[in-house]
Amino acid sequence: MSTIEVDKLTRKFKDLVAVDHISFKVEKGEIFGLLGPNGAGKSTIIRMLCTLLRPTSGEAKVAGFEIVKEAGKVREHIGLVAEKIILYDRLTARENLKFFGRLNHIPERTISERTKKLLELVKMKKWANSLAGTFSTGMKQRINLTRALLNMPEILFLDEPTLGLDPQTTRAIRDFIKEINKEGITIILTTHIMQEADILCDIIGIIDQGKIVALDTPQNLKSAISQQGKTAFDLNISNPSAQIVSQIEHLKTVSLVSQKNDYNLKIYVNSEKAIYEVMNVMKKNKITIKNIATLAPNLEDVFLHFTGHEMRDKADEKMPLDHHRHGGFKARSRVR
Amino acid sequence: MIEAFKNTLQIAGKDLLDFFRNRMELVAFIIMPIFMMVMTGYIFPSGTSLKNIAMGVVENDKGEISQNIVAVLENMKLDGKNDSIFLLERQPGNLEGAKEELKKGNLNAILIIPEDFSSDIEESRQGILTLIIDQSNPQISSILTGMMEKIVDGLASNVAVGKLAEMMTKQLSTGKTLPFGSKIQSSPGSSPNPQALIKPFIIKTEGLVPGEQNYFQFMAPGIIAMVVVMAVMIGLAASISREKELGTLDGILVAPISRLCIILGKALSQTTRGLLQGSIVLLLSIFLFGVKIYGSIPLVALLLFLGVFSFIGLGILISAIAAEQETAMMVMMTLTFPMIFLSGVFFPIEQMPGFMQIISRILPLTYAIEALRKVIILGAGISSLGKELTILITFGAITLAVAVPAFKRIITR
Repeated sequence: MSTIEVDKLTRKFKDLVAVDHISFKVEKGEIFGLLGPNGAGKSTIIRMLCTLLRPTSGEAKVAGFEIVKEAGKVREHIGLVAEKIILYDRLTARENLKFFGRLNHIPERTISERTKKLLELVKMKKWANSLAGTFSTGMKQRINLTRALLNMPEILFLDEPTLGLDPQTTRAIRDFIKEINKEGITIILTTHIMQEADILCDIIGIIDQGKIVALDTPQNLKSAISQQGKTAFDLNISNPSAQIVSQIEHLKTVSLVSQKNDYNLKIYVNSEKAIYEVMNVMKKNKITIKNIATLAPNLEDVFLHFTGHEMRDKADEKMPLDHHRHGGFKARSRVR
Repeated sequence: MIEAFKNTLQIAGKDLLDFFRNRMELVAFIIMPIFMMVMTGYIFPSGTSLKNIAMGVVENDKGEISQNIVAVLENMKLDGKNDSIFLLERQPGNLEGAKEELKKGNLNAILIIPEDFSSDIEESRQGILTLIIDQSNPQISSILTGMMEKIVDGLASNVAVGKLAEMMTKQLSTGKTLPFGSKIQSSPGSSPNPQALIKPFIIKTEGLVPGEQNYFQFMAPGIIAMVVVMAVMIGLAASISREKELGTLDGILVAPISRLCIILGKALSQTTRGLLQGSIVLLLSIFLFGVKIYGSIPLVALLLFLGVFSFIGLGILISAIAAEQETAMMVMMTLTFPMIFLSGVFFPIEQMPGFMQIISRILPLTYAIEALRKVIILGAGISSLGKELTILITFGAITLAVAVPAFKRIITR
């Protein structure tokens, strides 16, 4: 029996269908990733599975219990790292852990034993008696993870666990996730970072607009698209103008052009001939090509393949300058 | 069951710890009731005592009685203090000048003693004093009028008593009947009382409890109830909605505990805070403003607790519905602010127009305050608070019965 079984789970917010008849299964001991842009419905799924939100329709079983009818039972078997850090700023790390430990009916002695062990594991032992409000976002997230693990959950839900963290802490958190997974904890993780899903997850569900559009191992997902002859190459030229981009886009052999930064264009092609044609365009416009390289398919390509558009926020498409993508980061780092 | 009780205490304990570590909030927590007390204690007029009233006296008569009146006014002092009530400005014969001063605002009123005042009285005609008041300040004018009437009435009856006594001695010696037709019984051992002839009956006021009542004694129970209820309502709304906003509420909600524990824990911590603040107000009013508590203190505490209990359901409901802290605070303020005025904290409900009185009668705070007044001012025991207690408990039970299931539903939308 799978540890999580989701069957046609749906959630509407008034007219908006945030989660649209989603079904999937997670086996015990897996790291299951939900990959998608902000607003795709990832957090809504997590919140429903954690009994924090009621589904509009559909059913789900977590650790063998119904999420609506047996919410109390579900809560005994899960840990949650939500988008916002669940710690009280005016309580010390230890007090925070003690409070949440008690709420989970863990005996006092076990709480202090586990606190000690876990704080050592996340290298936060010497900060145990400092107020959580004085911690950096990275430090808070480590304690936050400890908090979610305190009740030794069967299943750990992680909603964007590395959002807004520096690269070092991100790496540390990812290593930690792998480590606890080895001890048998099933992990459900959401992310909008392709690389993260690729590195961590055994199974990835790609989510777009409330629907799962693909569900497989990262390897299978990637190989599926290379078999279909979908390839891409990276073109490094100086200052590609909008005109050039549109000329390339209009080539029949090119399926999509995406501008990565001021120098690089990523060109998706559907025929080997495309490279010639692109080079011709460059020649006509007298543009020097600094570098050209073919790219191995990654999850970004997978996302593009399955959804027909790049992985971006809806808000980003309308307002390119709006840093809506980092909304979550701002909210998280705010210290009251 | 024991587990649920423990969880409730843990949540309440966490909230209080969090609160006591917030220095700014703690300072405001202590200073707010002090401000409240000082403001209401010193700004609101206590009774009808006036101070430093500038009164012009146009003395057109130099007789003995006029001199007496002026002297009495001049020597009127506030009880126990040296401030004179009246600052007299004598302006003999200069009525126009005095009126000019009144217009400028240098005087509050003008008393005119007419030229033939003394002679009129001596020749048994009614003397008439005129008080010119400043209509631009109706409050002072009306208090002043009342006061002057009382003073003049007192002085006049003194004069009358003197005259009557004089007449009576003449009467006894001549054996004639008095002008009013009543006969004086000169029974042995009892001399006739001229006072009783001038005022055959009078009214005497007596408080239910002995001692002087000041306005503050009336205010204190209301302010205590208000501070406690406001602290709990706003505290509860802020506490739940803040945790919702910060996301920490998810941490509590995802723990395997009853939703009831969460509500009760929150309510308990806020009630503790509110009652603490109420005690600050109570202590201040006893030691700083001389408020006397005639009833029992535990009964006062019980009433405050019931006052909070009657509102907690409403507080839970609003904080569950409001998405963020700001909204919850706004809604709470909008509700509590008019309630304070309607429930008779500052003014007696009986002063309000009819439809306002009806609204007042719906608010449980009204009953909490009434009961508190009975206990603090009148020393009432629990037996005379039956109506108030029933209403507070019923209101609290009904709102809680609605709020708790609603909270459970709303919180997991």
